[in-house]
Amino acid sequence: MSIKKISKEQPKIFEFNSKNLEISKKIIENYPKGKQQSAVMALLYLAQRQNDNWIPLAAIKYVGKFLNIPYIKVYEIATFYSMYNLAPVGKYFLQVCTTTPCMIRGAYDLVEICKNKISKNQGELSKDGICSWTEVECLGACVNAPMTQINDDYYEDLDKEKFEKIIDQILNNKKPKPGSYRGRKNSEPENGRKTLTEFKNA
Amino acid sequence: MLKLKVNDTDVEIEEGLTVLQACEKAGFEIPRFCYHEKLSIAGNCRMCLVEMEKSPKPIASCAMPATDGMIIKTNTPLVEKARKGVMEFLLANHPLDCPVCDQGGECDLQDQSMFYGIDKSRFRENKRHVPDKYMGPLIKTQMTRCIHCTRCIRFATEIAGVTELGAIGRGENMEITTYLEKSMESELSGNVIDLCPVGALTSKPYVFEARPWELKKTETIDVMDAVGSNIRVDTYGWEVKRILPRINEDINDEWISDKTRYSCDGLKNQRIDTPYIKENGKFKKTTWQIAYQKIVEKIKQTEPDKIAGLTGDLTNMETLYAVKEFFNTTIKSKNLDSRSDFYYINNENRQNYIFNVSINGIEDSDLIVLIGTNPRYEATILNLKIRQAYLKNKTEIYSLSNLGDLTYPYEIISGNTETIKNIIENKNDLSNKIINAKKPLIILGQSVLKIKSGKYVFEELKNFLTNKNKINKEWNSLNIISNNASTVGSYDLNIINSNNEKNITLERIKNNEFEILFLFGQDDLKFNKNNEFIIYIGSHGDKGAEMADVILPGAAYTEQDGYYTNLEGRIQKAYQASYPPGESKEDWVIVNELSNLLKRKKLYKNKSELIDLMFNYLKNNIKNNDSNYLESIFFNEKISVEDIDYYYSNVVSRSSRTMSECRNQKMKIQVTGTEG
Repeated sequence: MSIKKISKEQPKIFEFNSKNLEISKKIIENYPKGKQQSAVMALLYLAQRQNDNWIPLAAIKYVGKFLNIPYIKVYEIATFYSMYNLAPVGKYFLQVCTTTPCMIRGAYDLVEICKNKISKNQGELSKDGICSWTEVECLGACVNAPMTQINDDYYEDLDKEKFEKIIDQILNNKKPKPGSYRGRKNSEPENGRKTLTEFKNA
Repeated sequence: MLKLKVNDTDVEIEEGLTVLQACEKAGFEIPRFCYHEKLSIAGNCRMCLVEMEKSPKPIASCAMPATDGMIIKTNTPLVEKARKGVMEFLLANHPLDCPVCDQGGECDLQDQSMFYGIDKSRFRENKRHVPDKYMGPLIKTQMTRCIHCTRCIRFATEIAGVTELGAIGRGENMEITTYLEKSMESELSGNVIDLCPVGALTSKPYVFEARPWELKKTETIDVMDAVGSNIRVDTYGWEVKRILPRINEDINDEWISDKTRYSCDGLKNQRIDTPYIKENGKFKKTTWQIAYQKIVEKIKQTEPDKIAGLTGDLTNMETLYAVKEFFNTTIKSKNLDSRSDFYYINNENRQNYIFNVSINGIEDSDLIVLIGTNPRYEATILNLKIRQAYLKNKTEIYSLSNLGDLTYPYEIISGNTETIKNIIENKNDLSNKIINAKKPLIILGQSVLKIKSGKYVFEELKNFLTNKNKINKEWNSLNIISNNASTVGSYDLNIINSNNEKNITLERIKNNEFEILFLFGQDDLKFNKNNEFIIYIGSHGDKGAEMADVILPGAAYTEQDGYYTNLEGRIQKAYQASYPPGESKEDWVIVNELSNLLKRKKLYKNKSELIDLMFNYLKNNIKNNDSNYLESIFFNEKISVEDIDYYYSNVVSRSSRTMSECRNQKMKIQVTGTEG
């Protein structure tokens, strides 16, 4: 993972809306007096939510001023964590897991499809601007590999055809059904096994 | 005391030290990159690995607190293998550009790879490339070389007090940068260059100038401000290539301000290397003989009382003493002063014009009040010590004026002389605080001594503090920040011509009462020239030389030995690192030769005689009169701190291209107001 690109087009002003302002005050109250800086990650996430899932520089400054932290410190945090986006992402933001278990089960096929259908490079918007994708490290759903996260939902047990269908739906601005695409409930064993001793060579 | 064993050597150390410090004490050097005595511990370079008994893995000695009975080994095969492994990882992404790197020859990574490096690389992948960052006109970056020790970040945050440097990204892709690549807004930024163990941060003005082994190194004293930082001047032939700090725990630790470090290119520009005479409004080159002749003729035609002299801000004490003798015995004129402005000075007692508690004493104080001074620009190193005192003891700090960012928080109380009157008359909250504080520290700047009630402020405060027993043998709470390297030295040598606390010489100069005016390196004089015959003796063609009729070329502070007394009254010797350019001479020689021509008798046979006489004078004129209470008049006026043009405060820095760049940079920031 290389260093995150910062968008060249930046809005000039960022401010929390009244709802987020209230939430942020509550978050700050969670911390002891004088330690309000600890709220920085939560506030950055709040800012990201408010601003179409990405954090502009104006928001970094705003959060810095809000918590009385030097800008560079907020900037360090925003660049460190991969869940903060520093450039605009699509309405549908795909995070394709490419860590070992997913990779073995064919994650790079999914990446190929993203490259063909969405945009040539990760972090770029699709032609109609509705969708973007990125490779990420393990999202913790290895049992259901390969998988992809689209916005807040996991799409699991994928293969080429199923993934292509999902992307076609997204590109038509329809939200596909989340969960396993092989009909499993969460990460239950396939073919209804309940214990490991039932079958040999399970 | 803790007892440890390092490589079978027993060592006893105080509690709270680390294993690395214990090993140092036992005499075993530990290689390191990220650890630095004056900075917090990071423990991220892993170069200082040592073996500890009962530990399955080697430990990072810089981050491990030493405990009683530890058995440490620093020279086992395991340790060497571990360090070799660390070094291999550091070198995996480090470019092999030592031949074109400015750090070459004084690079920690280069030195340590001689011991722990492997001769060939097993790293087959592409090396990481990092785009260079802009950090202002002083710091050149070559970020591919960075090994992520974070010393620069820790320095900026902890010592300089400007949180502007940071590390963005993570892992291999971590990059050191300022926020959006703005230039670093600190007067101490140059120190990150010394701290950088590799060539990632190097000096921009010094780029590709010289190799460290080609330079002649002279340990000397800085004169850019009155602090008297200890420095090392590196010269190549005549040219001063760079200035580095020298460790002195009592004054500057191991930091110097950017003005100290980067003014050195001003020693090459605007130099006067031959005598000049003004004819029909234009300067003409001439010889020493003709110039001397003209001066001697003029002096012989003039009454002694019509001759005056002003000494300058960078003049060393030998020259000051020679000039004093020259005026006393050769010319027989009393009109000599060192002040180019109307500063109030009570020189009955030395305590009245020095920083009594000493620079290190700031840390003991429990209350600091700044009156008419901005220590950040007037004495950068002193400001750093105030910051350290604040960090250590959370000292309360008050200022009578709004000084902007001082790198530590302070409270502003109204900036009028009325406030001081109230404090003295017990009508202000601050008076109680001063009375209750054990060791209050009142710092007066030159700006407040210049105003009409300068005398009132000083004398009444002194009286108030004496009555409250805040001025005693252990602690003198009234302290003065001098602005110039020569100030305290001049006062010690009594180069003051006061009557009723007025600067008569300057007053008479401004009234155009003199016929001949000597300016010994004095460039801050503001007056309207009438018919005076002005003789300028100095090193740079600046404001003083501009209005002169005869210019005699003198030497700069790196070109002659000289004593300077810093603001806390500590006398230090500056050593000659280079020699005066062209036909110019050391300042005291010029005075001596003039005296010879006027009276056919030299003042001194040689310099050692001059130095002996000077020290004799200082010894016989110790000022410790316990002066009586002096009456003074109160004026209600505003105490404003004079805006110091930090990068342009003396002839050397004014001639320096680097300083001009810094100044432009700063102005640009102020004008566009990009803050916020």
